[in-house]
Amino acid sequence: MRDVVITGIGLVSGAGEGLEAHLAALAVGGAPNTDATAFEPFPVHPVVALEWDRQIPKKSDQRQMEAWQRLGCYAAGLALDAAGAKDDAALKGRMQLIVSAGGGERDYAVDGQILTGLRQAENPGVFLNERLMGDLRPTLFLAQLSNLLAGNISIVHGVTGASRTFMGEESSGVDALRIARERIASGQDDIFLVGGAYNAERADVLLIYEMGGFLWKKPYASVWERPAEGGGMILGSGACFLVLESRAKPLAAVAGIASDRSRRRAGSVEEALHALSKQLGAKPDVVLSGATGIKGITEEEQAALKDIAPGVPVHATGNLVGHTMEAQAPTGVALAAGLIGEGRAGEALVTSIGHWRGEGAIRLIKA
Amino acid sequence: MALRDRQGRPLVAVTGMGVVTSLGQGKDDTWAALTAGKSGIHRINRFPTEGLRTTIAGTIDHVDVEPFCAPMLSERLAMLAAEEAVGQSGLSQESFPGALFMAVPPVEMEWPQREALAEASGQTGDVTYKDLLKAAATGRFKPWHDLFIFGTVADRVADRFGTRGSPISLSTACSSGATAIQLGVEAIRRGEADAALCIGTDGSVNPESLIRFSLLSALSTQNDNPEGASKPFSKNRDGFVMGEGGAALVLENAESAKARGATILGYVLGCGEKGDGFHRTRSSPDGMPAITAIRQALEDAGLSPDDIDYINAHGTSTPENDKMEAMSCTAVFGERMANLPISSNKSMIGHTLTAAGAVEAVMSLLTLGTGRIPPTINYQVPDPAIPLDVVPNMARDAKVTYVLSNSFGFGGQNTCLVFGAEPK
Repeated sequence: MRDVVITGIGLVSGAGEGLEAHLAALAVGGAPNTDATAFEPFPVHPVVALEWDRQIPKKSDQRQMEAWQRLGCYAAGLALDAAGAKDDAALKGRMQLIVSAGGGERDYAVDGQILTGLRQAENPGVFLNERLMGDLRPTLFLAQLSNLLAGNISIVHGVTGASRTFMGEESSGVDALRIARERIASGQDDIFLVGGAYNAERADVLLIYEMGGFLWKKPYASVWERPAEGGGMILGSGACFLVLESRAKPLAAVAGIASDRSRRRAGSVEEALHALSKQLGAKPDVVLSGATGIKGITEEEQAALKDIAPGVPVHATGNLVGHTMEAQAPTGVALAAGLIGEGRAGEALVTSIGHWRGEGAIRLIKA
Repeated sequence: MALRDRQGRPLVAVTGMGVVTSLGQGKDDTWAALTAGKSGIHRINRFPTEGLRTTIAGTIDHVDVEPFCAPMLSERLAMLAAEEAVGQSGLSQESFPGALFMAVPPVEMEWPQREALAEASGQTGDVTYKDLLKAAATGRFKPWHDLFIFGTVADRVADRFGTRGSPISLSTACSSGATAIQLGVEAIRRGEADAALCIGTDGSVNPESLIRFSLLSALSTQNDNPEGASKPFSKNRDGFVMGEGGAALVLENAESAKARGATILGYVLGCGEKGDGFHRTRSSPDGMPAITAIRQALEDAGLSPDDIDYINAHGTSTPENDKMEAMSCTAVFGERMANLPISSNKSMIGHTLTAAGAVEAVMSLLTLGTGRIPPTINYQVPDPAIPLDVVPNMARDAKVTYVLSNSFGFGGQNTCLVFGAEPK
């Protein structure tokens, strides 16, 4: 089996742009920037303002994407730059791509008008047809489709080996990394661009998680403090892409990735984390936790980490960038690689406990 | 016979298959109808179609789910297909010894749910998402969180069959079903598991998804004769017809399959894929990505173009796809392409989108097993620019040892699979 290393990272979130900005914010600690008013009563971690032109030169491309795709496309460009691959057309032509993504993006005004009109409509089905035919922007579909973030990365950055898009919330981020790592380790492929993107500043995603009762509705508190007050997630906008390779000049090596889905019950997350860390042979000196702040699973993760990594610093990515769902695991891996690359850690464990299902862990070591 | 391929990797056998389409439930019914040249396309009666440019589809109307929505129907179709496939394989129905790879349509909340939230909000004036969020906070709609997140369909199937590890939900648009099979092949070749359950499912014909494709001018508008609307490779083709379907394949390491005495239905010998950075909905005019995907699949299978006996086409019936596919196949197969049978299942079942690659994989394997090539129906007006043997209108018996199945998707995702009755 071949070693798999990280050679480029592209990271954007509310904590800034680029790995350095994130490592600096992690070192400083303190409360992150959250927006409590735009979607009151739901705080969100808004992404910092980005100069889109720097990674997505054509305005026509920018217009064809909604926010989650633009974020992902931008972060993918940063990762290619960091890996020194941006200008190597031949390399990008054989580079494989795995994206972890949701999708959606609604036209909120159109949805509201249709819902208002449906109430009075004589024939609601016909009314719906007419309004959708008349009011939906044809290109909105392409901004909704899950696999079109990958499509946009192929178009904008010329990464055209082949792409696959994994869906399924937090788990998809871990599994995208896992499959990429396995394909490089087994010698099937040499280089991958892997990552995810999430736009939290969207009423429709807040709606899904509010239906499930998963959102934190008070001023910002750390994920570790929230369970005592009922628990909940604060969603974050951001994106993270990594270039994984089998060759030199790495930041860190991806020693192992394990994922599973426990049948959730009291204690299952704690057991799963123990099993995953055992499977990986983890002996970390730093932990990057993807904890959500959801009551129950957050405390179980804390308890497991006390056994797995006693006395070791535990950083919650949720306290830095918010919960970026499909992009959460890649973000934790990027930060861990950064810490190892700077010599601030020798071995890191990244956890990803899904808010509803799915457990994952990633072990990084010095390359 | 060696149970490893020329590259020393484990051979991947198919030991179970299941399918449900608008032509019927189960592979026997579907295959009988498909080889009889029957169409499953009909007028949509699931929802009102007044005001729509396209009013036909290959919906599956004999399966009831509650609440009726794309993720529920997609889940049910996947379950039906997987029950048949796992049943045929003889592997455990409750503790499947491998991972689940599942192509699922991207899901989102649908209009009946938005309307219910709007009503529950009590808003009598203009409805906004603030009102929907207020209704969501009541906790009355908790099950809809699970129903409308992306990982749920696969999670429920994983629960039902007890598959191992974290199930993968994936999308590569119209090649998704083929990608699910490719992921299973790779896992077995790497030795991660001796079995994989690979599924493609799509039950998403609803007003908004139909309208989205309609607004991109991708759909046929020849509504007057629904059964005649899907006309792959014909000169008068004018777009695809949406279809629904589910298909499942049980893949196994050939060695362990033989060791347990399983019946081998065929082999997945090769997979090829290639991205296309040309355009969001159109393929590169030179066809290079499709050509590369076909060549990679052949190379991965250790075959030369001359070995292929039949091509199960992507064949969507859109002006662009069929022209590009014909050109790409001609580039790979050369003069032989004039006589190499290529037919499109979509002429009868429509384009089952996320499921298509898996549905057509099952049909390709049935061709290997029965020596019968299903036709391309509705082929009345040949397109002189595409001189192919499309197996017009009538099934044909032939000796078929190796099949190529093409899948090409929006967003530049092209996946090709090679199936064989025996390894070469």
